[in-house]
Amino acid sequence: MLIGRMPLMLRSSNCVLSGKTEFELSKLNECPLDPGGYFVVRGQEKVILIQEQLSWNKMLTEDFNGVVQCQVTSSTHEKKSRTLVLSKHGRYYLKHNSMTDDIPIVVIFKALGIVSDQEIMSHIGVDPQSQNRFGASLLEAFNLKIFTQQRALDYMGSKLVVKRFQSATTKTPPEEARDLLMTTILAHVPVDNFNFQMKAIYVALMVRRVMAAELDKTLFDDRDYYGNKRLELAGSLISLMFEDLFKRMNWELKMIADKNIPKVKAAQFDVVKHMRAAQITAGLESAISSGNWTIKRFKMERGGVTQVLSRLSYISALGMMTRVNSQFEKSRKVSGPRSLQPSQWGMLCPSDTPEGEACGLVKNLALMTHITTEVDEHPVMILAYNAGVEDIREVSGNPINNPHVFLVFINGNVLGLTLNHKHLVKNMRYMRRKGRIGSFVSIHTSYSQRCVFVHTDGGRLCRPYIIVEKCRPLVKQHHLDELQRGIRKFDDFLLDGLIEYLDVNEENDSFIACYEENINPTTTHLEIEPFTLLGVCAGLVPYPHHNQSPRNTYQCAMGKQAMGMIGYNQKNRIDSLMYNLVYPQAPMVKSKTIELTNFDKVPAGQNATVAVMSYSGYDIEDALILNKASIDRGYGRCLVYKNSKCTVKRYANQTFDRIMGPVKDALTNKVIFKHDVLDTDGIVSPGEQVQNKQIMINKEMPAVTSINPLEGQSPQVPYTAVPISYKGSEPSYVERVMVSANAEEDFLIKILLRQTRIPEIGDKFSSRHGQKGVTGLIVDQEDMPFNDFGICPDMIMNPHGFPSRMTVGKTLELLGGKAGVLEGKFHYGTAFGGSKVQDIQAELVRHGFNYMGKDFFYSGITGAPLEAYIYSGPVYYQKLKHMVQDKMHARARGPKAVLTRQPTQGRSREGGLRLGEMERDCLISYGASMLIMERLMISSDAFEVDVCRICGRLAYCSWCHFCQSSAHVSKISMPYACKLLFQELTSMNVVPKLILEDY
Amino acid sequence: MPKTSQQPLLYMEEYRVKQDPQDYGLADEVFNIDIFKQKLKVTIVRNDEEGLEFDLIGVYPAIANAFRRLMLSEVPSMAIEKVYIYNNTSIIQDEVLAHRMGLLPLKADPRLFTYRTEESPENGTEQDTLEYELKVKCTRRKDASKDQSTFDEIYKNHKVFSGHLKWLPKGKQGQIYTESSVGCIHEDILIAQLRPGHEMDLRLIAVKGLGKDHAKFSPVATAYYRLLPLIKLNREVSGKDAYLLQSCFSPGVIGIDENENAYVKDARYDSGSRNVYRYSHLADAVTLARVRDHYIFTVESVGALKPEVIFIEAVKVLKKKCRSFIDEIEAE
Repeated sequence: MLIGRMPLMLRSSNCVLSGKTEFELSKLNECPLDPGGYFVVRGQEKVILIQEQLSWNKMLTEDFNGVVQCQVTSSTHEKKSRTLVLSKHGRYYLKHNSMTDDIPIVVIFKALGIVSDQEIMSHIGVDPQSQNRFGASLLEAFNLKIFTQQRALDYMGSKLVVKRFQSATTKTPPEEARDLLMTTILAHVPVDNFNFQMKAIYVALMVRRVMAAELDKTLFDDRDYYGNKRLELAGSLISLMFEDLFKRMNWELKMIADKNIPKVKAAQFDVVKHMRAAQITAGLESAISSGNWTIKRFKMERGGVTQVLSRLSYISALGMMTRVNSQFEKSRKVSGPRSLQPSQWGMLCPSDTPEGEACGLVKNLALMTHITTEVDEHPVMILAYNAGVEDIREVSGNPINNPHVFLVFINGNVLGLTLNHKHLVKNMRYMRRKGRIGSFVSIHTSYSQRCVFVHTDGGRLCRPYIIVEKCRPLVKQHHLDELQRGIRKFDDFLLDGLIEYLDVNEENDSFIACYEENINPTTTHLEIEPFTLLGVCAGLVPYPHHNQSPRNTYQCAMGKQAMGMIGYNQKNRIDSLMYNLVYPQAPMVKSKTIELTNFDKVPAGQNATVAVMSYSGYDIEDALILNKASIDRGYGRCLVYKNSKCTVKRYANQTFDRIMGPVKDALTNKVIFKHDVLDTDGIVSPGEQVQNKQIMINKEMPAVTSINPLEGQSPQVPYTAVPISYKGSEPSYVERVMVSANAEEDFLIKILLRQTRIPEIGDKFSSRHGQKGVTGLIVDQEDMPFNDFGICPDMIMNPHGFPSRMTVGKTLELLGGKAGVLEGKFHYGTAFGGSKVQDIQAELVRHGFNYMGKDFFYSGITGAPLEAYIYSGPVYYQKLKHMVQDKMHARARGPKAVLTRQPTQGRSREGGLRLGEMERDCLISYGASMLIMERLMISSDAFEVDVCRICGRLAYCSWCHFCQSSAHVSKISMPYACKLLFQELTSMNVVPKLILEDY
Repeated sequence: MPKTSQQPLLYMEEYRVKQDPQDYGLADEVFNIDIFKQKLKVTIVRNDEEGLEFDLIGVYPAIANAFRRLMLSEVPSMAIEKVYIYNNTSIIQDEVLAHRMGLLPLKADPRLFTYRTEESPENGTEQDTLEYELKVKCTRRKDASKDQSTFDEIYKNHKVFSGHLKWLPKGKQGQIYTESSVGCIHEDILIAQLRPGHEMDLRLIAVKGLGKDHAKFSPVATAYYRLLPLIKLNREVSGKDAYLLQSCFSPGVIGIDENENAYVKDARYDSGSRNVYRYSHLADAVTLARVRDHYIFTVESVGALKPEVIFIEAVKVLKKKCRSFIDEIEAE
């Protein structure tokens, strides 16, 4: 029985593309380098962004406007709720949004079945300090005269939030309060058969947390700490969505069944007939394509969960897969969630975040980050009991107060107590390394809370580390040799217990050495490679550890705009916009990340020989000087692909769209200009050059599509032309024409248009160090400086770009590139490593170059040697998608808006350039009144109106309708918009009057 | 060669180039044709496949530079300018293909052709136009066995080389030129890669043009000059330091005699790397300089014209320019 269809993530285990070899993928027209991880919904590639959330089922103590509180967001499959324990005026309360008021904590204890004050105190703690602090709370319950469980439930029942829809089964308020305690308040703590003991223990713990935090401010939890965060991946989001849709379907089926079964019918009722597969399919489809994640049962409503996969460059697509979106509101001006968290180390890239409003809220995963998926906690629980955990219900309250006893939590729930926590932790970790429990189970100790936490839940950030035992890393040289030979794989390291995954909490419970020489007797783990703490985008930067940190951040944003290749199958794609470089090159200075992400196979940029010097004055403000000969030879040349499409529809009234052939001029018998590029079938043919306003698809549409066809009428229906024409000042070439059908079985025609663009003044280029610049001047080769070897730079960059930006990495890249070119090899600029400057210099010297990378240059214009030695060599430059051709705009005359008769707005509508208020102010202050008159009226919307000098109203055709005379009507010119305003005011019974004077 | 002391020098210090304090350069000199003639000297040092190397001694940088600039951009050569694409089913785009065709160096001697003018017909005349065609079709080799895996074995014509270009004689061109005198200089320039079913059918039009219009018309790969290096030893350097000194310069620049004393053997081919300044104890032992009026020209031809011819053509261009300038002055 089909209940629905589910969108499939590409390259997931169920995808046809998974496990295919490079050859098989190529045969399927797929790029073998494509990372997958996105969905194709309604013809669009959609990514479900990773959502960052505060961890659920976890106590968080914090100061909320001076009130110390401990909050828990419980989350189970059925319920999501937030419970708070807070301290107010020295008394403790429980707060929950199903309750109108804060409930005194002792009332809660009594409602949970712990009635005697002595028993309550034994849960809270019997030390004098606790007794003192808790006395007031006990007194409050006494004053409320609540002594029994029933009284407590009655009290809670009176404070319930009145529900809008009263359920059919009538329950008394106390019963409802008990249900609430059982299912909603602290929903994740299990209650079986109305035994509230675990819940009472949990509430007592929360109270103790609040009390402890009141005394010691350092015990507040940090919300921004990544151990308190969970990341939701596409899988869990989809499962949430599916569960909701599935439950809705079941509910609806039940409703239908309930309605129909009592009726007596001939045929037996069959539920299967009422199942609609489309409901789940359409629900998932629309959720992914719109990005609106509405989960009814959690009352969750979230927008922008999915985004269209950006295919601007390979890196932008890859970067999108690793993007982490925070739930935090963007408009709020709080620095905490935005700032770099120390616990982010190795998990999230410290450089890759956007600038501006989403700064620090949108993050990217680091290279080796793994996000856990949920594993069954049951085997772990059994193991924990075997390792010495005792059930808390079997010991009385007193051991809780024993400083040697540690509480054990599993996934936020109390599992039990342990007397020897060190032994427990050691055993559990040992079992994990031996593979007896899942490798992503984490266990860590909190000494301040006297707790041991075990986590098996999904969404934790974790990262592999080499295990160090007795000051020696377990990974030895022979392991690495085996890896090199291909005998060993990463998973084997994990299985052999040489490497393990640590999540943020456990990482903070370990001593991790960055390098092998830093290992000391306390070290527990060794970092695998420091450069992996950066993400995909930051990994492109050579020598990022030599750069000022914001520069790396800028590059992370710019690498996504660089054009180059987007995949091996880029020629098969028909994107709405695609930029390709004609001759992309792999960078001379690579990094390990570049090799790991295959950027060198689908590069986006070219190695330009750069001379760092000033030239001409057209290089101020980061402008670049380009060599014309380099451009002639193909430097910076790019291809811009755009598409235009249309559908040929069939309508309900038996009419349909049609495509007509080209029209010939009656006199000359030649095809008219507009139809010049059309093939005989009315669609452009591939290879054709299309000019502005030429028609690419000569489509016609029936004038009437809605009404039913009239009987017996001739098939002659009037048609109106709705051609698809080309707009753009520069012509394009037709790369491909695709005729297909869409989901509604209409004809779909797509035309892929191509432009080849040569760099021109104003085109934007950038190196990989956040140093962007526009082309300021294109210089003939003979005017470019040249050196003793006859080398002419491709590009000149002004040295003023260096001192304030402090991009030392760029100078090193230049040096490394130069040596690499001479030696015929690639240099490495891997973060926290890379080729050493000394080695690079030795190579330069070996080839007779100056060790500092500076050469003796001659001016190309005067021919004389330059006084300074010029730092020159190859630097990898990216051409960015911003090009003047797409932006330049000017207008002398052009279209006007219909209503106001003023020039239209915006480049796309060939709009005018606004002389704004400030510009107007300038002209006023200067006294250029006639210029204002010209700009604001004559060149815009001047209009001649007739005005009656007597009544001051607008007249019409020299006739004043109010005065019924034409005696005193004069003609004046005013802006049409002004006249329009007067008329609109008149229509609202406001009479503007013009008083005319002789001028 | 005049004595070293008389040569105008530029001193190459560690961080900057410095003129001799006594040297005022061109500032006060009045041009005198007799002195110029007396000073001017040209010696050809090398002329082989790699290019032409000659010395131009005793001129101002402006003059030397003028020749360099003219060779780069104002000596004409022939290159493909128009590409008629009848069929191109390869993956390479029409514009990119046309651009690549334009950059192919042609053997044709530009001196035998005229520039295209406004009046010349659409297809050009036999005096100003060369026509070529490129017809390649990639097919699967039928005789290839299953176990063959290289493209060369499976496909026919899967690589389009410049050698595939065929010259189409226009008018009487067939009687004057041969394929080898006007065709591509290199047979092995890869233009595109094809796969079975891909086809190219192009007609190419080559015209005469100037390097300043497009780099493809430049007759040289590069033409440049450098100033003659001069290295002076200020003191005796011997033993280990002598070898260190030797390593600071290009091979063959510093010699070491039997007493293990360093001496300047031949400074001409020093690359000017100034790496001596790395060693503070050697930095004062040498004076690095350049002879300001001794230009070592290197002309690397693309192949259509011999480098010496290119230089002579450049001189002719300069002469013509001077002539027209004089004419213009006199006309006033």
